[in-house]
Amino acid sequence: MLPLNGCAEPGAASVNDRAARKHFLVRIFSTFMLALAPSAATAEGISWNGFVQSHAAGRTSGVDCPAGTECDFPAADLRGELEAEGKNAAGNAGFLGRFGLLRDFALDETHIETRELYGDLRSEKLAARLGRQVITWGVGDLLFINDTFPKAPVALFTGQPLQYFKLSSDALKLNAYPAPANLELVIAGFRPDDTPDSRRFVLADPLPVGLPRRTEEPGNSPEELEISGRVFGYFDNWELASYASRTHYHSQARRVTAGEIVGTYPRLNTLGASLTGPAFKGVLSLEAGYYDSPQDRDGRDPSVENSQFRALVGYSRQPWDDATLGLQLYGEWMRNYSAYQETLPAGFPAKDYLRRVATFRFTQLFAHQTVTFNVFTFVGLSERDHYVIPSLRYAFSDDLWAEIGANVFGGNRNGTFGSLQDNRNVYLTVRFAF
Amino acid sequence: MKSFQQITLLLLTAAACAAPARAADASADEIVKRSLESFYYAGNSMRARVSMKLINRQGNVREREMTILRLNLGNSGDQRYYIYFHGPADVKRTSFLIWKYPAKDDDRWIYVPTLKLVKRISADDKRSSFVGSDFTYEDLSGRDLEDETRVLVRKEDLAGRPTYVIESKPKTPSDYSRRLSWIDRERWLPLREEYFDARNEPLRTFTADKVEQIGGQWSVTVRSMKNLQSGHRTEVVFRETEYGVGIKQDIFTERYLRDAPAQWVR
Repeated sequence: MLPLNGCAEPGAASVNDRAARKHFLVRIFSTFMLALAPSAATAEGISWNGFVQSHAAGRTSGVDCPAGTECDFPAADLRGELEAEGKNAAGNAGFLGRFGLLRDFALDETHIETRELYGDLRSEKLAARLGRQVITWGVGDLLFINDTFPKAPVALFTGQPLQYFKLSSDALKLNAYPAPANLELVIAGFRPDDTPDSRRFVLADPLPVGLPRRTEEPGNSPEELEISGRVFGYFDNWELASYASRTHYHSQARRVTAGEIVGTYPRLNTLGASLTGPAFKGVLSLEAGYYDSPQDRDGRDPSVENSQFRALVGYSRQPWDDATLGLQLYGEWMRNYSAYQETLPAGFPAKDYLRRVATFRFTQLFAHQTVTFNVFTFVGLSERDHYVIPSLRYAFSDDLWAEIGANVFGGNRNGTFGSLQDNRNVYLTVRFAF
Repeated sequence: MKSFQQITLLLLTAAACAAPARAADASADEIVKRSLESFYYAGNSMRARVSMKLINRQGNVREREMTILRLNLGNSGDQRYYIYFHGPADVKRTSFLIWKYPAKDDDRWIYVPTLKLVKRISADDKRSSFVGSDFTYEDLSGRDLEDETRVLVRKEDLAGRPTYVIESKPKTPSDYSRRLSWIDRERWLPLREEYFDARNEPLRTFTADKVEQIGGQWSVTVRSMKNLQSGHRTEVVFRETEYGVGIKQDIFTERYLRDAPAQWVR
């Protein structure tokens, strides 16, 4: 599901943690580049691409924002990205780098970002990718069960292009392709989700006000690395996959101890499977997973998520030319619900034993696919809330497009989406690619 | 313009009535079957670098640069297609995978490189536009013989080539009510096709603008499709076309959708 809980405070991730992640990346990447060096000598050349983009989201819910929250424009930025890609003549080694310069007017910050930087080595039956990379698994549409890699709900909630919803991981990805199955193993350093915080969002915070807050991130020692595996294959024209991971929750578990609030990222083990194929003139998708919370097996620690079983069923089809319709039903069953109820502190909204969410997508392309109308809706069936994302994109040319859209949260204020209703916004994005 | 086309159509229909094809000729079904084989199944496997220009009524041009790989699976009629986009910049590294079956809906996947996302997409409607062009998915990979009924209207020369003129009608309602095809009587390639809408108004026109022999196979290397009602047209140039190049079936799987096969995509 979308990683929503755990609202990090500004600057909560420690500088040391970030530096450690950076060093980890540099270390693994330089090793890999050394391995690539002989191949690079016969490189076929490097291709360059990039874009400049302007994005702004204006808050439409009339609300008095607390001090420190960017009220009128929770997102307003100008960014440039440059991408370099190269491979050797034999095609068995290559690299990709995607670098960004971001001027964030909302937070008055400027960043240089390495969004992706990885090297590839491949043979007929094996492949390895090392470096900063985005990894996406599973069959859900904006619903994730077995994809436990880091994400950025902030980007989604402020209308950024969807590519910013998936965060990259510093990882080694190994693939083996013995017929008939594909095996994928990912060893990654920890990276937290980019969850909503009080810098851009108006949020209810049930934790005591005024206490100092700090965050403890997992480090990069071998025992704290995240290991995920996927086995994937075809059965006729159906795709089957099974997944397992030893990872962390990527949003914070926060507890009050000794006069301070400490945010941690507890361990998480997952096991699951997915199936997708043609049915009823469309595409049917099924995915399920068990979330084992080893630091709260009995479910009595209210700051750590209880173990859960999660599942989704999805169906999409083309009702007519250039149109797509998609429906999904999603559920989260909490394992130790009575223990959860007994230990939930006063003032915290209680989650449901079975949280149910439905989603609806409709996309229509017009004018030779230069105009895209899209609406995606989350409906909290058990929490009685909703989140609607309508958008309209026009491509002026191959190089220039603009999109207007909105993020409309509503319904029960204790619900996952309803709790965000003071952050309804409309957005505009303009991108020029070269 | 429309009235001119209507008159042309009337004249053509009159000519068809006046000079029906002789019984000794191949049947319309046989002609179309052979044409589909020559146009869509040539050479067991194929690799081509393809440039597509999408030109609107105002003359504004959008471009798509692709590598297309194709493999025929025996004599079943099943095919695999792999399409990789080299440009424009905003769609670079996007790729499509199509498993085509003659008798049931195709399987289709798209890979979105910015999200590293492989998504299976519904392929119920083969008449949807391929990447915004005037060609549909079906135009790209061929329609099923069983989807239409057809008659041989006449034989005539078109730009110096001898052709059969076939009229086909879809069995189930479609965006076109009928189409006329001019099929080369020696090379079996479609040289021209005219589609008509439900009101029998000219809708789209396909033309084979350049035909070359490559590796023993007659191939349409430059083709265009014009929408006569919107004024939009699409020009496609096949370069570096190779047949029988030994592409293996495992190229047409998720692995290579995510990571383009360097041997073939260049």
